[in-house]
Amino acid sequence: MSTNLQGYEAVIGIEVHVQLKTLSKIFCSDSTDSTAGDNENISPISLGMPGSLPTLNSKVVDLAIKAGLGLNCQIRTKSFFARKNYFYPDLPKGYQISQYEDPICEKGFVEFFADGMEKKVSIERAHLEEDAGKSTHYPEHTLLNYNRAGVPLLEIVSGPDMRSAREAAEYCKTIRAIVQYLDVCDGNLEEGSLRCDCNVSVKKIGEPKLGVKVEIKNLNSFRFIEKAIDFEIERQVDQCLSGQKIIQETRLYDPDKNRTFTMRVKEDAEDYRYFIDPDLLPIIVSDEKIQMIKKTMTELPRPRAHRFVQQMGLTQDEADILISDKAIADFFERTSELSKNSKLSANWILRDVLGYINDHHLRIEQIKMSAQSLAELLILIDQKIVSGKIAKSIFNDMIATGESAQQIIDKKGYKQVSDTGELEKVIQDVLAASASQVAEYHAGKEKVFGFFVGAVMKATKGQADPDKVNELLKKMLKS
Amino acid sequence: MAHEINENIIKQIAHLAKLTVTDEEIAYYLPQIQKVLSHFSELNDLDTNNIEPLITPVDLKGYLRSDIVEKVISTDELLQTAPDKVGALFKVPPVI
Repeated sequence: MSTNLQGYEAVIGIEVHVQLKTLSKIFCSDSTDSTAGDNENISPISLGMPGSLPTLNSKVVDLAIKAGLGLNCQIRTKSFFARKNYFYPDLPKGYQISQYEDPICEKGFVEFFADGMEKKVSIERAHLEEDAGKSTHYPEHTLLNYNRAGVPLLEIVSGPDMRSAREAAEYCKTIRAIVQYLDVCDGNLEEGSLRCDCNVSVKKIGEPKLGVKVEIKNLNSFRFIEKAIDFEIERQVDQCLSGQKIIQETRLYDPDKNRTFTMRVKEDAEDYRYFIDPDLLPIIVSDEKIQMIKKTMTELPRPRAHRFVQQMGLTQDEADILISDKAIADFFERTSELSKNSKLSANWILRDVLGYINDHHLRIEQIKMSAQSLAELLILIDQKIVSGKIAKSIFNDMIATGESAQQIIDKKGYKQVSDTGELEKVIQDVLAASASQVAEYHAGKEKVFGFFVGAVMKATKGQADPDKVNELLKKMLKS
Repeated sequence: MAHEINENIIKQIAHLAKLTVTDEEIAYYLPQIQKVLSHFSELNDLDTNNIEPLITPVDLKGYLRSDIVEKVISTDELLQTAPDKVGALFKVPPVI
């Protein structure tokens, strides 16, 4: 939040690394399966053996174009690969194949809501590159697993357009939703298939020149992105106020301590000595190709949220939460379609289903209850066969066991009693047992009516239809 | 060449290339590197505005591979090419 920054404002730009959903790597036929054993997915090309040559994966180009279109980018009909030179054993070639000048996608934008305000952030570029291997450090040595070396990434670079941690987090959520909707990336932050690096700087309000930027890495949840940026803004403002200089560096976020700390002092772009990779020919994209991919585009998150508000009667906030994860939005639409009650579906999913998956750290795909089961329960509520209170107990059992609402009702004997004959009998018993209250009621003390309702609900273990109880009680007290 | 080549630039390049150079070596190489680069300085006089950089001499379209997984060589064989390993992981000197 941009609370009191003592005359300073924050400027935030974000690089999102999106792992493209392919079976094989960007430049060779090694598998991209993340569950493989150590160094199972390697070959002379991913190890950078002398004489090995890269060959571009066509699926990578298709997915990059699709993502670029989803980000409202211009797609370059001719783009190139470049070598980014640095020495680190996670890339045995001594360079990473990336794109520098002329990336495949550029000049796009995304729009989203942050704190109820509409926000537009520019996308400077989105370029293709290969991922590096994973190193594990020990005091005496370092161990390397190259399964990830050569996995295709699309790096999406925003303009320095964000001003608060909240906006930054919403931006990252928007990017994830877009790539998930387009099925170009599974968008899993914990497993690293979507990684957000945040560039943060501060400057005096109104100062045209940007401050020195610090890059924050190791942010594997949207909550951490927000907390890390908040911490970093505060650290930099403190630094400025006490007259110290900010140094350009890369910092890591430590979620346990909620602070950032120095990882390394950043090398400048010219230190990477980029040059065009002579092993690879230009990527040529035809207009027909772009048109063909355009036709395969599915509905994107923003238009979907708009439809939820306009056609299904949800609020903007409800729609925004539902669309932020494609699987959740799909679950909602299916429930809504089957139960024929959008508002009730949204209420139960936002409160109960999301509450459950958050408490249990699950994804919606992992729960035992299907959209169809939930819809069946909602129909029972709609038809007043079960009360809201009992529905909640049934729901808890359903989501825990995967059984249907009907199975649980049969097993536990839940059922809303709305059978007139049965209820009349219960009411008669209640009235007979509370003669003094009945007398009070007839003497004009209408407040005791609530007492009767309570007694009937108790006698039926909460299973009576409250509307029906009210109606019958009024009638029977009159007679 | 926008930069004039001096001792500091030699040191910076050596650092990026992970090479150790002594002051004597810098004194030895500096005039040589300056001389080589001066051969190219004539190019700076040419007006290259509005000329697209030549990236490939022939306008070829890159060959694209289908997204198919193929295991071309066993992990064991590749591990054998490394000087040291732990299990199926490559072992290198400490890097931090």
